[in-house]
Amino acid sequence: MSQSLLFSGLLLRAVVAGSLLGLACGLLGVFLVLRRDAMISHGLSHLAFAGVALGLLLNLMPVLVSVGICLLGSLLILQLKEQGKLPGDTLIGILSSAGMALAIFLMSVKRDFGAELVAYLFGDILAIAPLEVYLAAGLVCLVLAGIFFNFPRLVFMTFDRDSAAASGIPVKKLDRLLVVLTAVTIVLGIRVVGLLLVTGLTVIPAASALQLSPNFRLTLFLSSIFSLLSIIGGILLAYLFNLPASAAIIFLALFLFGLSFLFKKLS
Amino acid sequence: MDRQTEEIVRVEGITFSYDSVPALLDINLSIYRGDFLAIIGPNGSGKTTLLKIIVGLLKPQKGRVWLFGQPQETFGDWFRLGYIQQKATNFDPVFPISVEEVIATSLHSVRRLKGLSRKQVKEKIGEALRTVGLEQLARKPMNSLSGGQQQRVLIARALASEPEILLLDEPTTGVDHPAQENFYDFLGQLNQEKTLTIVLVTHDYGIVNRHVNRVACLNQKLIYHGQHAEFCQSSIVQELLRGGHHLVSHRH
Repeated sequence: MSQSLLFSGLLLRAVVAGSLLGLACGLLGVFLVLRRDAMISHGLSHLAFAGVALGLLLNLMPVLVSVGICLLGSLLILQLKEQGKLPGDTLIGILSSAGMALAIFLMSVKRDFGAELVAYLFGDILAIAPLEVYLAAGLVCLVLAGIFFNFPRLVFMTFDRDSAAASGIPVKKLDRLLVVLTAVTIVLGIRVVGLLLVTGLTVIPAASALQLSPNFRLTLFLSSIFSLLSIIGGILLAYLFNLPASAAIIFLALFLFGLSFLFKKLS
Repeated sequence: MDRQTEEIVRVEGITFSYDSVPALLDINLSIYRGDFLAIIGPNGSGKTTLLKIIVGLLKPQKGRVWLFGQPQETFGDWFRLGYIQQKATNFDPVFPISVEEVIATSLHSVRRLKGLSRKQVKEKIGEALRTVGLEQLARKPMNSLSGGQQQRVLIARALASEPEILLLDEPTTGVDHPAQENFYDFLGQLNQEKTLTIVLVTHDYGIVNRHVNRVACLNQKLIYHGQHAEFCQSSIVQELLRGGHHLVSHRH
């Protein structure tokens, strides 16, 4: 691959946006997996798809409409979960079905945006626009700041919720923060790997890091590294061998998980 | 104010139900600075519920709690209370956290201690671990320790923010008998030497009674609340013995 090709705007944009997202997924994924909330990203990705369809229908920026819809959906699911009337996984099942049904309905209203929707279904990071990179950078900064400024409280709450609450930590507010950050990350993630694979992007790097690390900081570091390696490596593989980027990214993440798993078994 | 006369927790007419199942009925209780209070009672008598209400995890349907002279609703200095919940060591076994991280995250979370430098945090962690005799395990993963050691780490976490009262809910569940005795001796030492007020929910009064100065006996209602010495002579003891409680120390 020639240098001009490697650093062409297309590839550079994909790598920059992918790296930013990788960092957010790597960090957030550890909290989601340890809180047993990994599947919330699955539910939110389906809701985000309805947001994309609505955005395309109304000729608004699909990413922003998705963020709005996902925020509403995530806060609703949290409210219902707190009331304790239904288990979390049941609520996620309801949410994902509602999102998908809404998306299909909106697609039927205007039939000529099928190709654009497919890009969100399977991801198309190599087609990411400059404006979307800036938007991704802004939203990822929001996610990173949210984690950074609440880091000890988030770790304490994830490890021992009741003791954290008894220490005066506002655990319900932090639940909301985490779910909002997840919603933002998922919307960005569906642009990279698509709604069908975005759960893998939040879960697999964190699961790999958990195989290897004896402490929390190292887990976050490894999860971010695995996530970055998967995304950047996946994009390059897709570019070099003309593969679908989303599949290449997830295959690479799975390969790293396999290595971590084997390493743990053997050590 | 005199130790043993300064009321630091007051529970006033507390009534609590889980849906329509009553757990506590009109409980009135005071805890004084320097107390070592044992809360005893049969299974389902409301011991854990009472502790959770005191630390603000549950809201009572009736009554009020006062902490250090302030109504709980406006109380903000939660670092003054240390709480160790029932089965606290039953955390996720794959959770990747080291002993020093367990204490550090708690220290950094406490509003009063947020301005501490990295060096000060390290010193506080070292001091708390020295108190519980586990200084050498600071970098060990939490899930590699024994149940007794994990329990001590959680005590160290609670002690690091220098609380004035420590509330423990059946802290020795799953810990073997000799380790339980050591643990309660250690609590007795904290109570005596560091003048730390201790509230302990326990099933095994016999093993802890050497250290206790007050007893609260619950069975949805508060059956007894007073001095340990008077409690031993009361008729309630006989009833509790019939209920399977161990009231005599196992130490020979």
